[in-house]
Amino acid sequence: MQAAERAPARRAATDPVLVHIKGAYKRFPIGGFGGLAVRAVDGVDLEIRRGETLGLVGESGCGKSTLARLITALMPVTAGSITFDGQDITRLRGGGLRRVRRKMQMIFQDPFASLDPRMTVGDILQEPLDNFHVGSVRERRRRVQELLRLVGLNPNFTNRYPHEFSGGQRQRIGIARALAVNPSFIVCDEAVSALDVSIAAQIINLLQDLQREFNLTYLFIAHDLAVVRHLSDRIAVMYLGKVVETADRNDIYDHPQHPYTKALLSSIPVPDPVVERDRAPILLKGEIPSPVNPPSGCRFHPRCPIARVPGICSEVEPQLEPHGAQDQVAACHFAGQA
Amino acid sequence: MAQTLLEVEDLHTQFFTSRGVVRAVDGVSFHVDAGETLGVVGESGCGKTMTALSILRLLPDPGKIVSGRIMFRGQDVTKMTDEEIRDFRGNDVAMIFQDPMTSLNPVTKIGSQIEEAMTAHNRFTEKLARGRVIELLKRVRVPAAESRVKDYPHQFSGGMRQRAMIAMGLSNEPSLLIADEPTTALDVTVQAQIIQLMKQLNRELGTAMMLITHNMALVASLCQRVVVMYAGRIVEEGPVDQIFKSPQHPYTWSLLRSVPRVDESRKDRLVSIKGLPPDLSHMPPGCKFHPRCPFVVAGCKVDPEPSLDEVALGQVARCWVLMRNVKEEDVEEAKKSALSKEAAEKLKAPAGGVGGDAGG
Repeated sequence: MQAAERAPARRAATDPVLVHIKGAYKRFPIGGFGGLAVRAVDGVDLEIRRGETLGLVGESGCGKSTLARLITALMPVTAGSITFDGQDITRLRGGGLRRVRRKMQMIFQDPFASLDPRMTVGDILQEPLDNFHVGSVRERRRRVQELLRLVGLNPNFTNRYPHEFSGGQRQRIGIARALAVNPSFIVCDEAVSALDVSIAAQIINLLQDLQREFNLTYLFIAHDLAVVRHLSDRIAVMYLGKVVETADRNDIYDHPQHPYTKALLSSIPVPDPVVERDRAPILLKGEIPSPVNPPSGCRFHPRCPIARVPGICSEVEPQLEPHGAQDQVAACHFAGQA
Repeated sequence: MAQTLLEVEDLHTQFFTSRGVVRAVDGVSFHVDAGETLGVVGESGCGKTMTALSILRLLPDPGKIVSGRIMFRGQDVTKMTDEEIRDFRGNDVAMIFQDPMTSLNPVTKIGSQIEEAMTAHNRFTEKLARGRVIELLKRVRVPAAESRVKDYPHQFSGGMRQRAMIAMGLSNEPSLLIADEPTTALDVTVQAQIIQLMKQLNRELGTAMMLITHNMALVASLCQRVVVMYAGRIVEEGPVDQIFKSPQHPYTWSLLRSVPRVDESRKDRLVSIKGLPPDLSHMPPGCKFHPRCPFVVAGCKVDPEPSLDEVALGQVARCWVLMRNVKEEDVEEAKKSALSKEAAEKLKAPAGGVGGDAGG
């Protein structure tokens, strides 16, 4: 049994892809007549490669965070499969799931809500080590101090409580906690959004240094496209529960293929008044439709500036297909024509 | 043409707490001209919002304006009677806040709230005000304004609520609109719509605007002049082009280089400002930025604090060093990694099965 479980894992070590997401769905039933459900993640295919940072962007409610929770097995999928390091985590239970979880950790948005106010920093950092029975008690204590030093905090702070730290320092504690059990994959869900600019820069630099040092793979989720482009190797754009485009960080900016990507990128102001004078944002009409009852065909068609309605856009759902640069895919009938 | 609308002179706002006196605004002077857009930038706790609330005399307890003058069209706001200040708020200066949900009354219809803002000032009769509501909502581009006046705030999306707030702010035709982080709570595509709207309104109505934000890109997009605040004081001020092209205060310089740009193809390291802003009740001597400054010299650490001196045409900065005197290699040093290599090596060593499968 154990041998069978290990064999694919060893083969997977040569696989350049760490996480395979195939046709992942997550529906949250909201009751009502006919079994209505919020289609938070509605058929996502995505891969995350070893050692890369994949940026995931999209507006609030597009399903980014739900997808992150599916990937880290914090939530079961409604349908589809997610393979981590050669193992289908949607089928794992108990001990198998625990072993996988040790390799994937998460850093959350709100450093005030994600640390237990009644635990000391030492206990917070030691908890994952205790959970996975790492080393002796003395070794764990020493490890906690090294973790604090690693993220730039005083190693003698182990007896302090989270409220004694600033937002940026708390986020460092959250990062140290994620690193405690030597994971290979870390999901950062809006990890710098709640921080002040100078503090956010500290955390962004720290995340980059840690990735280089520990060979980490990141899934970096944020609504701030500038931060995502800065940190990522590849970027995936989500809209209403689906990935609409994936490409290299520079290709997606230089020649976006999906009209939504194009609008999203054009709407970000640049800290340069000379550039700003000529920047013409593409303003989208209307609001994001309800994920309970997404539009027919391409779900972006009611807001799309180039949609043919009535026609193919409102009738046929486009699939992710190669467009533009190498390694670039987009789900649009008129990709690149915006 | 450049007629001065608002002039703040040596404003000191303090909070008297049990922990001591918090100097939230510590000697701030600036002006806003009619029709212009002034950006006020800085991080949380630097005094931007407290400066705005001082102008409207809406300071929360135990805050007080200790000294200084706030001149609006020749009248001192700090000396106004309660009645005068009520007339001043809304009529002359209006403010819109970050979170439109908490600043709207959830149990009153949007239309009635905007109407109330007008009738409260006796500027419009009830009948006139009612007619103006739809006109105002149309002006801020709320679609189907005729039917949406009867909606409650929860029926509006975030962007629409912020539009309604702007409509309310503009309802009495103020000559100055103070916008405190008006787009921070909004999604990027909605933020772009609101920025566009504020640009158009500034052009159409000639309303002057004071934009309070931590987002340098927003300032580049909307403002003509910018004031940079740190620890309750202004550290740099000047025309937007000048400040972005050649910032002279190390804090302004760091702020600009600590945010990634979406149009940047190179993965350059960000400049991160070490440490935290100072405690406003126990401020360091000398330059208040010196404990965090990468270019600090001995003179920065002792009193007197540098004064705001002219460094270029229309640009002033509060610094002994100034960025134009900083050497290139020191700039590179400021971008270096602060990661503890030693700690990293120790953590990588498989202590009792960390990293391997042997533990468990």
